[in-house]
Amino acid sequence: MKLFRSVTNKPWERKGIIGGMRPEGAFNTDAERVALSFFLIIASVVFSLFTVSYFIRMELPDWQPLAEPTQLWLNTGLLVASSVLFQWARNIVGSGQSNNLLIALVGAGVFALLFIVGQLLTWQDLQAAGLYLSSNPANAFYYLMTGLHAVHLLGGLWVWSRSTIRLLSGAEVTDIKLSIELCALYWHFLLLVWLVLFALLANT
Amino acid sequence: MAYVPLADRDHEMEMHHPHTWIGKYVWSQDHKVIAIQYGSIAIFTGLVGLVLSLLFRLQLGFPESVSFVDPNFYYQAITMHGMIMVVYFLTALFLGGFGNYLVPLMCGARDMVFPFMNMLSVWVFLVSVIILMASFFVGGGPTGAGWTLYPPQTAMAGTPGHDLGIVLMLVSLAVFIVAFTMGGLNYVVTILQYRCRGLTMMRLPLSIWGIFVATVLGLFAFPALLVAAIMMLFDTLLGTSFFMPAVLESGTALDHNGGSPILFQHLFWFFGHPEVYIVALPAFGLVSDVLSVHARKNIFGYRMMVWAIIAIGGLSFIVWAHHMYVSGMNPYFGFFFATTTLIIAVPTALKVYNWVLTLWEGDIRMNVPMYFAIGFIFTFIHGGLTGLFLGNVVIDLPLSDTYFVIAHFHMVMGVSPILVLFAAIYHWYPKMTGRMFHEGMAKLHFWLTFLGAYAIYLPMHYLGFLGVPRRYYALGTTEFIPASAQDLNATITIAALIVGISQLLFFINIIWSLRYGKKADPNPWGAASLEWQTPDTPPAHGNWGDQLPTVYRWAYDYSVPGAHQDFIPQNTPESEEPTVSDEHFDPDTEKSLANL
Amino acid sequence: MALAVVLFVLVVATIVFHFASPWWFTDLAADWGTIDFTINITFWVTGFVFIACNLFMAYCVWKFRQKEGHKAVYEPENAKLEFGLSVFTTVGVIAMLAPGLFVWAQFVTPPEDAAEFEVLGQQWQWQFRYPGADGRLGTADTTFVSETNPFGINPDDPNGMDDVVVNDPIMHLPQYQPVKALLRSNDVLHNFTVTQFRVKMDLVPGLVSYLWFDPTVEGTYDILCEELCGIGHFVMRGSVVVETQEKFDAWLAAQPTFAETQAQAAPDLIAGQAQYATCTACHGAAGEGNQMLNAPKLAGQQAWYIERQLDYFKQGVRGGDGDTYGQQMTAFANLLTSDDAVRNVAAYIASLPDEPAALTIAGDVSNGYDIYDRNCAACHLDDGAGTWYTDAPKLAGMNDWYFVTQISNFKAGIRGLHPQDDFGEQMVSMATAMADLEEVQDVAAYINTLR
Repeated sequence: MKLFRSVTNKPWERKGIIGGMRPEGAFNTDAERVALSFFLIIASVVFSLFTVSYFIRMELPDWQPLAEPTQLWLNTGLLVASSVLFQWARNIVGSGQSNNLLIALVGAGVFALLFIVGQLLTWQDLQAAGLYLSSNPANAFYYLMTGLHAVHLLGGLWVWSRSTIRLLSGAEVTDIKLSIELCALYWHFLLLVWLVLFALLANT
Repeated sequence: MAYVPLADRDHEMEMHHPHTWIGKYVWSQDHKVIAIQYGSIAIFTGLVGLVLSLLFRLQLGFPESVSFVDPNFYYQAITMHGMIMVVYFLTALFLGGFGNYLVPLMCGARDMVFPFMNMLSVWVFLVSVIILMASFFVGGGPTGAGWTLYPPQTAMAGTPGHDLGIVLMLVSLAVFIVAFTMGGLNYVVTILQYRCRGLTMMRLPLSIWGIFVATVLGLFAFPALLVAAIMMLFDTLLGTSFFMPAVLESGTALDHNGGSPILFQHLFWFFGHPEVYIVALPAFGLVSDVLSVHARKNIFGYRMMVWAIIAIGGLSFIVWAHHMYVSGMNPYFGFFFATTTLIIAVPTALKVYNWVLTLWEGDIRMNVPMYFAIGFIFTFIHGGLTGLFLGNVVIDLPLSDTYFVIAHFHMVMGVSPILVLFAAIYHWYPKMTGRMFHEGMAKLHFWLTFLGAYAIYLPMHYLGFLGVPRRYYALGTTEFIPASAQDLNATITIAALIVGISQLLFFINIIWSLRYGKKADPNPWGAASLEWQTPDTPPAHGNWGDQLPTVYRWAYDYSVPGAHQDFIPQNTPESEEPTVSDEHFDPDTEKSLANL
Repeated sequence: MALAVVLFVLVVATIVFHFASPWWFTDLAADWGTIDFTINITFWVTGFVFIACNLFMAYCVWKFRQKEGHKAVYEPENAKLEFGLSVFTTVGVIAMLAPGLFVWAQFVTPPEDAAEFEVLGQQWQWQFRYPGADGRLGTADTTFVSETNPFGINPDDPNGMDDVVVNDPIMHLPQYQPVKALLRSNDVLHNFTVTQFRVKMDLVPGLVSYLWFDPTVEGTYDILCEELCGIGHFVMRGSVVVETQEKFDAWLAAQPTFAETQAQAAPDLIAGQAQYATCTACHGAAGEGNQMLNAPKLAGQQAWYIERQLDYFKQGVRGGDGDTYGQQMTAFANLLTSDDAVRNVAAYIASLPDEPAALTIAGDVSNGYDIYDRNCAACHLDDGAGTWYTDAPKLAGMNDWYFVTQISNFKAGIRGLHPQDDFGEQMVSMATAMADLEEVQDVAAYINTLR
């Protein structure tokens, strides 16, 4: 209700400094975290719109459901592992230490890369089975949505690689703390998106 | 508590002052330079859009004697005109231009929160414009599918630019969306997190509220266009059938099957309707500030204005299908969308009432920006009311796809926002350049633009009532369109030419005044909001010199009884000026102050 | 001050313009008076708000202009006033919306007794289909579309056999009979609009949309396409004739059914050859044409086009005033007394071996290409072969001089302006893509390269 109160007050009656250093209405957190939160909402909108389009397109008569490759279960495992390792890295920097940080961080990235490779392999298998992009909208959505998800993950890996390089070149843990925390959040988000996509693709 | 050492300010940022010319003006990370870059690119693109409109207006007005516009070019010109004006001109100029310039200044910040990303934003925007313009020079030319780019015709042989033109258009839009997202995150986070001490959300000028809500709308609406563009690119280039049904091209079946053209329309308008407000809300905000300053009166009903902006922004996401009443979608949707659409009329009407009531009992200074602001209210009332025709689903049946639609949306999101743009440019010109513009030339520019625009669009509504269809290269012979309609069309074209050419006055004025204009006061209009209180005019890199400002009051303390002058700047402590109410800030905030 | 006066004058001028304007809704020709009623409510409500708001604003601008010693009144808000205005606006909105929704409910539920007919749109022509005695339309799909079955009617569906097909952009409707139009498209989006009926709806490929109305006034009305459908959008016209039930029945009975169009015997080439003997004097034994006699080459031209032109000459649609050579043709066309004779001779001509005609026109080929590629290729195809689908005849390899004369005729209004020449009318508009004779020759020169 704080928000409601703040937009209903009469600003012309309130004089003086309100809110101190952080004026009323600002979030008590880093700007980067706010920006990432917004970005996650935007990405959710993109994936939701694809999902809605998927459902609408599915209703049309020429839809032939795609039998999803079983390899997706393995890939899901890889992405979970990546996310867990990122959480570990986040816990390490959160407690201000640096033991095992490199292992956790590199492990997280490697598992994410393996996930992308795994996704590409499913593409190859589908192609080999004659299930091309243009043969049916269900296939097209599969390639499109897995591809888009992988692109998001690649974007995350770019930030990950910068943090890792900084860590390797001897940066202080505090310097990359925020970067790792935000990456972990992003990774969890992408894991969640993937689980939803997987459930959607597997059940239709 | 009055003085906070710089080092303690957690959002005091490090400024890197570049020393080379290129660093200062090309690869600049200063929001003011970026704003001017954004604005210049947008205005240049807008000029292309303007010239295109004059060319096809010539064809419409004088179909017999204009030989250089063939049907192909006509469709390309209307398509590019529409897309350029809506996206690359208005959106970019309001948010990229004014958003960039005003957000940090009005929030009392040194710069945007992510200056590097801000710089990337403008350069990526330039890339998107270059891709768009490139489509004029490729084989087949730019797409002529109408700015709505409806499939399946976008990619079919009967449409100009169906091969390369449409691909470049979609790619350009996707790149634009990337640029917008980078800029938009900056504006939103800056407004939320980088306001200076004491500047609560409810103390922000309405300009910032307009830009803030518009940016949030843009961030959530542009993804729909991105999704539609990606799927259409797949259909065009990779042979998928997201939107492409089984169709015949010159009698031969294309290799598509089962796609839904209406799905594209839903996605397009899920972006397209909020887009209207992405343009309108910043205009609402800017004009509120201009009116208030020049009427020497606070904006009437500030809280209501803020709520209206938020309500309009929220509602704009659930009205999109009013663009699709006659699209062949399930007609029962019409009930829902007509209702939501007409509900929007209520907060919008309130805004109009409050603008007019701001003038009531004011002390109106007829400065140039005020002319444009009042002109805006007039055209906006007109455009808003005609929207009630089109939003009411059953009245849309005869009027949809006629000149009435053209007249309506040009009045409401063409003429009106552009009048605000001129009001805003003239209003902030002294701050941006340190010079005054030439007043006589500016007034002449106003009269020609305002009266000319009304002469263009008022008669156009009547062609729409008559039933003259839009997007017709030539009217040809029909039973119901009398010859006088063609005469009216010719008159409209002449008015359009006059308005188009009179914009030269504007360009001559702002360029001439840069050098020869009178030196401007730091605060020539006596405005209370923060951007007029900078130590330098134009503001230097970093905006605020050694110390960030502290805000003690809202942005509209004009003509406060008992004050020394008829405005009190936002950074004037309450001890130095009287307060109207004896009610001071509440204990909760006192506590949060103590916590720091 | 000046602005206040101008605002006042603008309000007055707007009112004057409204009452003086000859441009207003066309006379209603269907039973949609409720739509016009809703428009009027909205018109008067919004008109009142327009006048009231702007006059009040003009008054404020004049009354509260800057004066020496005057100071603005400090008033942050007035909750009561704003609340009152909101209520006032809400009432106005409800007054406009409620009748609108009521009428819309009528529009989305066609009456039980509405007679159905089908509108088929394709680039850039209208075609119509009426159910036969069974009262049901057969199913149709783009996969069945061919030159002989332009509707794509499913040949295996017994319901479709007695469907009446109108392969012309002119349709008829009986007066005082509610009708439900089923809308279908073969290619892109189109929109079926008859201004006098007030209603319109898009044609969407892949689905069937609908609208309904009850035509009340006899007459002929324009059908316009009002959804951008490509470069020929503005020439996609048709007309609808509203007439008494008796006249309508007679007209409908004269139209062929789908079964009849399918059962037509193959044209008789031998008979066609015999008929063609009359033509050889001018057009040559091999249909090669003769420029000296202004007789164009016929060999290679598509049969449906020859057939249509012969019919046009017979009906006087071509060969009117100013068309000296066309008038010569009228007499010969009239020698073909039956439809079968026309079909036979057209089929014979189409069977003649096609040798490209001699070149007689030179011009700027690259300019010609530019114009052709931008404006002509959409119908006549990139290779100039033409197609029945867009009603476009073959151009490549035909006489270039004939092309120039005909385009000049279109531009001069000699050809294409006859009210029954729906396809020629399209060319009248499209021919403006060529600014002058020189450009026509450029295009001819480019077409000469397509062989």
